Amino acid sequence: MNPQNPPRVIHPWPLRVMHWLNAFAIIVLIGSGWEIYDAAPFLPFSFPQWMTIGQWLGGAIAWHLAAIWLLVINGLSYLTWGLLSGHFRRKFLPLTPRMVIQDMTQALRLHLPHETGVYNAVQRLLYFGVIFLGILVVLSGLAVWKPVQLWFLSDLFGGFFISRVVHFVAMTGIALFLAVHLILVALVPKVLPPMITGGRLPENTTPTTTMAE
Amino acid sequence: MKSLPLNRRKLITRALGFGAIGLLPGCDFDHPNHPDLTDRVLSAMSRWNDEAQATLFDRHTLAPTFPASAITRPARFNAFYDISQAPQVNPGTWQLALTGRIANKTPLTLADLRAMKQESQITRFVCVEGWRVVGQWSGVPLAHVLKAINADTQARYILFHCADGYFTSIDMASAMQPQTIFALDFNGGPLTAPFGAPMRLRIPTKLGYKNPKSIVAMEVTNRFPGGYWENQGYNWFGGS
Repeated sequence: MNPQNPPRVIHPWPLRVMHWLNAFAIIVLIGSGWEIYDAAPFLPFSFPQWMTIGQWLGGAIAWHLAAIWLLVINGLSYLTWGLLSGHFRRKFLPLTPRMVIQDMTQALRLHLPHETGVYNAVQRLLYFGVIFLGILVVLSGLAVWKPVQLWFLSDLFGGFFISRVVHFVAMTGIALFLAVHLILVALVPKVLPPMITGGRLPENTTPTTTMAE
Repeated sequence: MKSLPLNRRKLITRALGFGAIGLLPGCDFDHPNHPDLTDRVLSAMSRWNDEAQATLFDRHTLAPTFPASAITRPARFNAFYDISQAPQVNPGTWQLALTGRIANKTPLTLADLRAMKQESQITRFVCVEGWRVVGQWSGVPLAHVLKAINADTQARYILFHCADGYFTSIDMASAMQPQTIFALDFNGGPLTAPFGAPMRLRIPTKLGYKNPKSIVAMEVTNRFPGGYWENQGYNWFGGS
């Protein structure tokens, strides 16, 4: 094997490990969060019991405040790794409104541009968006958890109740992202195995993808 | 770059397949005497969260206070029983029994507490369920009571027993926070039975279940005392 040209995986191992840890944490946090919401709903609906995790409020809070450590530690690792390894720069940039409009038009016509190892502009925008929502949901969650000790966060969001609303809205955005994410995987199932095995980039890739991870 | 022509029917059936992911093994976390592995992990994480909250706690950080116009009316009753079941305590014969690491164990009467320095606060009461109300409570700062009875304020915990069988405990640092009071009055008059007459703990740096009502006994201890809800799975520190 030529050391200058090692096998180029689609998803390097740190990304795969963090992806599945994150998937587990997010499912637990959303499921237990819905149970917590149900204890005092502020909208005219509750989540059905079968969709929630924890079975009762005490169980849901225990799950929620256990999984948050996994989400935060894993999320900080991801942000650090993404910045230092150049992953964000290579995969998420460049991103211009023109690119987004172009790819969005294609996606809405159900002609999804897909090239192995390359994110289209809509995907890039969605990843930026969900990372932002992830930061927002953690900060608003801290504001709900500790409105006295973390009063500055509570004040930032406009008080205890608005923190709850922001937390709920951010969760909704992440849940919608997750739905789109899963539907896309269902549509293009060949993208799933590489998130487990790493996969291999095809030989004749375009110059943007030749930079090995 | 190739485009993928999509089949809408395939889309729906595959999406349904992913629905199965939602069926995670259930964990009820409600059998404290027969904990399974998940229960043990969640309990350990809850103890870890107690430590994290104790580290985050600063006794000089005050809970926000509110104007009288913000007081929630009518006041909201909440307990593990109906309002008609609230314990009726005779204020004339009521005493606060004192046990544990306290030098002067003479039980305190209402007259004793009324004679001590009084503090008034309009603070927010946040329930673990997520709702909150604002009320006015007046009474004696707990730090002042502990000093008056010569309690060991280096001890770790304070345990409270209530007339209705409820019990809960708090850490010493939170007990010494200036807004932590033995409340005697609520919204301008003496406490009524549903709201914890004749004396309750009002601790605005903790969630509602750490604010025991109709207290009849207090113990200062280094042995972890747990609590009614805490022993069933609620987080012990319960900080706000």
